[in-house]
Amino acid sequence: MEVLATRNISKYFYEPEKFQVLKDITLTINRGEFLSLVGKSGCGKSTLMYVLSTMDTDYEGELEIAGQKLTGKNQDTLSAFRNEHIGFVFQFHYLLPEFTVLQNVMIPALKRNKFSPEEIEHKAMERLKTLGVEQHAHKPSNKLSGGQQQRVAIARALINDPDIIMCDEPTGNLDSYNTHLVFDIFKQLTHEYKQTIIAVTHDDEFASKTDRIVQMSDGHIVL
Amino acid sequence: MFGSRFKLTLEIAKVHLLSKPKQTVIAMLGVTFGIAMFIALVGLMTGLNDFTEEITMTSSPDIHIYKDVTSPRPTILQQTSPGSLTWVHHQKPKNELTKVRNAYRIMELIRKNEMVRGVAPALSSQVFYNYGPAQLNGSILGVDILEEDKLFGLKSKMKEGRIEELLATREGIIMGQGLAKKLDVKKGNRIVITTPEGHTMTLKIVGIFQMGIGVVDNVRCYANIGTVQTILQQDPSYVTDINIKLNDRHLAKKYAAELEAKYNTKAEDWETANATFLTGVIIRNIITYAVSVTLLIVAGFGIYNILNMTIYNKMKDIAILKAMGFAGGDVRSIFMIQSLIIGLIGAMAGLVIGYILSVLISKAPFNGGDIISLDHFPVNFDPKFYIIGVVFGVITTAVAGYMPSRKASRIDPIEILRGQ
Ligand SMILES: Nc1ncnc2c1ncn2[C@@H]1O[C@H](COP(=O)(O)OP(=O)(O)OP(=O)(O)O)[C@@H](O)[C@H]1O
Ligand SMILES: [Mg+2]
Repeated sequence: MEVLATRNISKYFYEPEKFQVLKDITLTINRGEFLSLVGKSGCGKSTLMYVLSTMDTDYEGELEIAGQKLTGKNQDTLSAFRNEHIGFVFQFHYLLPEFTVLQNVMIPALKRNKFSPEEIEHKAMERLKTLGVEQHAHKPSNKLSGGQQQRVAIARALINDPDIIMCDEPTGNLDSYNTHLVFDIFKQLTHEYKQTIIAVTHDDEFASKTDRIVQMSDGHIVL
Repeated sequence: MFGSRFKLTLEIAKVHLLSKPKQTVIAMLGVTFGIAMFIALVGLMTGLNDFTEEITMTSSPDIHIYKDVTSPRPTILQQTSPGSLTWVHHQKPKNELTKVRNAYRIMELIRKNEMVRGVAPALSSQVFYNYGPAQLNGSILGVDILEEDKLFGLKSKMKEGRIEELLATREGIIMGQGLAKKLDVKKGNRIVITTPEGHTMTLKIVGIFQMGIGVVDNVRCYANIGTVQTILQQDPSYVTDINIKLNDRHLAKKYAAELEAKYNTKAEDWETANATFLTGVIIRNIITYAVSVTLLIVAGFGIYNILNMTIYNKMKDIAILKAMGFAGGDVRSIFMIQSLIIGLIGAMAGLVIGYILSVLISKAPFNGGDIISLDHFPVNFDPKFYIIGVVFGVITTAVAGYMPSRKASRIDPIEILRGQ
């Protein structure tokens, strides 16, 4: 059963000159799939991820997630949709620096307002524990190392049990122990909990163990 | 459900404010200063206004009837053939008495009107006061002292002696305190007065009064109306003024016009008579509000700047919040709440400081000099102004916060996230 589908997505950048960064991308991803997106630096992976995550609306073609057509929807609708259906780990793992690690993880769930703050806190602590950063829960998030912050960002992406988790180089800053840890968590989420993961990676070993590899080159999907 | 979502935006706003305490406090101080100044200024200004209005109103009649010598009079030609084209240049006033005709009859009729609280006759004249070598210009007011008391509460204004003593002493006067001080006279002294026509008379001071305003206390004496008629060598029907007090002072203008038409004399209401004073009140109010509003606008610009800076520094955070599902409106609320918190706390502190300032001002010694008898500033503590202050403060901060907040709500997250 498909959870995400794109039809003929193209995107242009106009600065400094007109340049087509995504070329006619048609892609279907099934529920429970653990997919890796690979390709040379500058081939358009991050750009595609921003389109898939609904944050970038300036494209041609169509995007559908969890049975809803999202192309042409307004920003507020898309925000609410992201909150419920999409977890995102940015290439540069952004946390809110003035908030504690725990608060950072809780905020999307508090925003969603489906569970009580106590339940949310409990769940956030569970996630932090799985990712091995629970001892830092009450520290300000900017007092953590790069790799620790990355794992907190992953915990935050998981908090609302989204249909799709999109990660832009989630293991870019991690040592091999933590890379394996993250890989195992993703595997469990996709296979046991039927969540879907799209992960951009430069790590060939990581990619080779995923269910499906999508290769990009110069704005096209080649494989 | 709304409650909890609001709690989240409030929580985020709180964290933002607390993470930059210095900035937050400076923004608050701007509002505090504006409101405190407003409270202190408005308290002092309206206190002074009310005080002077009170003494001016109690010491002046609501309607004053007198004969206006300069009123234009029709020529015989105009009277005999109305509508004809005649023109008289530089018409001189007739040499006639400033007497109100049929004064006692008019008073009787006026007294019947239920709007009227009291009517009193008066006969005023310019005089010179002579006491030894000192000679001072002033006025003497012949009155029915008991009627006068009913209108202007003379009894409570007496510093020495009692008004009844005037009734017992035909050739007595009650003198204004300022005048008595200038002449260096006391109760019991005798002084000589001279009228412009050259008549003189010796009068005994039976009392000293103080109205509280220099223009009265420094020039005026009260005497029995009969005494003044004798000085001026006029008959007992000679009255120059009729003073009226109404139950509702605000009806004076209309009633004065009525009287003027009915009795063919000049009838002046208190608003017209005190026009300069009332203009002064308006100007003082304008200055008070202008200064306060200016201070608040400056405070508003402070908030605007600080919020703009905060938003500029928090672009990334705003982008992350939006990426995680915050709508534009949520982001706007986060920053609006911040400016409202700044405004509310700043305004509250402003009220407290304004109140303390007002108390200090009301305790400060102040010499009103000859013009007003005052030993400290009268300050108005009307809660109305405190409410206006808070409302003003919050509105200013809301307006100042709105534009930056709207800007924040429109930030496109993708621009910022990709920019890295
Ligand atoms: N805001 C922008 N304006 C113009 N061109 C851009 C912009 N952002 C990216 N590009 C260009 O678009 C292309 C794709 O960029 P993108 O960030 O998607 O690459 P990427 O595949 O994620 O690379 P990496 O693996 O290094 O992260 C690049 O050539 C880049 O220079
Ligand atoms: Mg990239």
